[in-house]
Amino acid sequence: MSDAEISDALEVAPIRRSRRWHILVFLFPAFVVYTVVMILPLIETLRLSLYNVVDNQPAFVGLNNFKVLFGDERWAHDFWNALRNNLIFFAIHMCVQNPIGVALAALLSLPKLRFVAFYRTAIFLPTLLSFVVVGFIWKLILSPLWGVAPELLSMIGLKSFFAPWLGRPSTALITVALISVWQYVGIPMMLIYAALLNIPEEVIEAAECDGITGWSQFWKIKLPLVLPAIGIISILTFVGNFNAFDLVYTVQGALAGPDGSTDILGTLLYRVFFGFQLQLGDRSMGATIATVMFLIILTGVSFYLFIVQRRIRRYQF
Amino acid sequence: MSKARTSLVRTGFVHLALIAYTLVALFPVFLTIINSFKDRASIFRAPLSLPTPSSFSMIGYDTVLRQGDFLTYFQNSFVVTIVSIILTLLFGAMSAFALSEYRFRGNMMLGLYMAIGIMIPIRLGTVAILQGMVAAGLVNTLTALILVYTAQGLPLAIFILSEFMRTVSDDLKNAGRIDGLSEYAIFFRLVLPLVRPAMATVAVFTMIPIWNDLWFPLILAPSEATKTVTLGSQIFIGQFVTNWNAVLAALTLAILPILILYVIFSRQLIRGITSGAVK
Repeated sequence: MSDAEISDALEVAPIRRSRRWHILVFLFPAFVVYTVVMILPLIETLRLSLYNVVDNQPAFVGLNNFKVLFGDERWAHDFWNALRNNLIFFAIHMCVQNPIGVALAALLSLPKLRFVAFYRTAIFLPTLLSFVVVGFIWKLILSPLWGVAPELLSMIGLKSFFAPWLGRPSTALITVALISVWQYVGIPMMLIYAALLNIPEEVIEAAECDGITGWSQFWKIKLPLVLPAIGIISILTFVGNFNAFDLVYTVQGALAGPDGSTDILGTLLYRVFFGFQLQLGDRSMGATIATVMFLIILTGVSFYLFIVQRRIRRYQF
Repeated sequence: MSKARTSLVRTGFVHLALIAYTLVALFPVFLTIINSFKDRASIFRAPLSLPTPSSFSMIGYDTVLRQGDFLTYFQNSFVVTIVSIILTLLFGAMSAFALSEYRFRGNMMLGLYMAIGIMIPIRLGTVAILQGMVAAGLVNTLTALILVYTAQGLPLAIFILSEFMRTVSDDLKNAGRIDGLSEYAIFFRLVLPLVRPAMATVAVFTMIPIWNDLWFPLILAPSEATKTVTLGSQIFIGQFVTNWNAVLAALTLAILPILILYVIFSRQLIRGITSGAVK
């Protein structure tokens, strides 16, 4: 470096420090990518839901798209069907995934249990697989063509129970939801397991001194202490379920058959926005459905942040 | 004595329950892998038995490698995943450092703004993202996927990394400043090496949803040259539905990379979930 440059740097340095350009440099790339690829499209999608094509011209139609989606014969049936299925899908997750997750975590966190690392690793494995893999594997296993499911059921004497569950409108949604639960049970298990391990020894010892052990210890001491973790899991499940798409698409196709019985908002959005077979893609209505999904998720997240999280007592140790 | 026995019985039941669930979790994957190495007749005659010399067959893999362009798919998935992770980590760490290190106006607002994406899925903006990518001429390029996945990964990366960067000692950074290090050098040479474990956690968290995603490859890059493994196997299996050998082989090929990575990184991943994510 020449003398001139050094003296230059010395002169410029104090000014630069007061401006602190480096903060901008650090923030700039993430801010730009995030804003341009995520936030602006999100806002643009919300805006598009207020527009539609009238006489081949894009025009502002206010809330008309929503009126059509909720009330028009052609749209309303599909929409309410998808919304109802999505709610059932979520309910099944909450009722099956969380209890199994809590139970597994409670077992894993028992003191002095061996092979914990192995069980943990094995049970978490399905969570990492893609929906495509999971969907097809279960489609094959449950297929009446391949005798695996009937054969396994006959081993435990339940052969007569077998039916092509994925092919019947009455059972298809439950089956798909259970496949998703099978895949994702690892996440509640891990989070609750971590929360259980974080309970300090003293609390447990104090409970034991008061004669609270075993089951009553689990219900009265441990479960209340892991409620915040269960809250986090519930909101993660909620968000995940209300933009789910891949599993249904893989197992039942874009039409979410049989007879639309597994159609959820994600598959409806795909069909409407992109078009499928004879149906043409419709950008405005796609944006409208995406907006409805956004509002549902926003409501859920706000409910969690402003009501649930404040009500749950947090214990600081 | 009797107390020891009841606790032994109890431990036995606990192991029984855990083994039962482990079987439920692993069996479908195991079943797919063993059957991919059998000939068609044995797949149907004895689906639960291991491949024997008489039933062993690689015909499924043969079909997959001849018919589908899986090498390209793998290459695309690798490129997309790795570049997205690098960008997410670099950009994410840079802004996490700025947000946790410096006080400036709007710091908190900016932090909240970047956190929106943790809860609101980027998928909801798909309609406009596609429109934007069409306008930018990026449809059917890997760049489109990389941009989307980087934006998707940044919020969580910034959130986790700034938590960790707050724990880096101020004395160390100030010592660096006194020694005349620029802010960039402090970030790259002092802070980054110290948060490496957190970076690894973030990398694993970002990697899985990218590798497994079907939605964006399907919408933004469905062309033959840009298909990822997830999309490629989805379409391949859809076409070869009746060829069970090929389907099982394709599934196994799609599982393998994840399985290998999981064996290597499972400890890192599990530690990440059980320590960082809950707090």
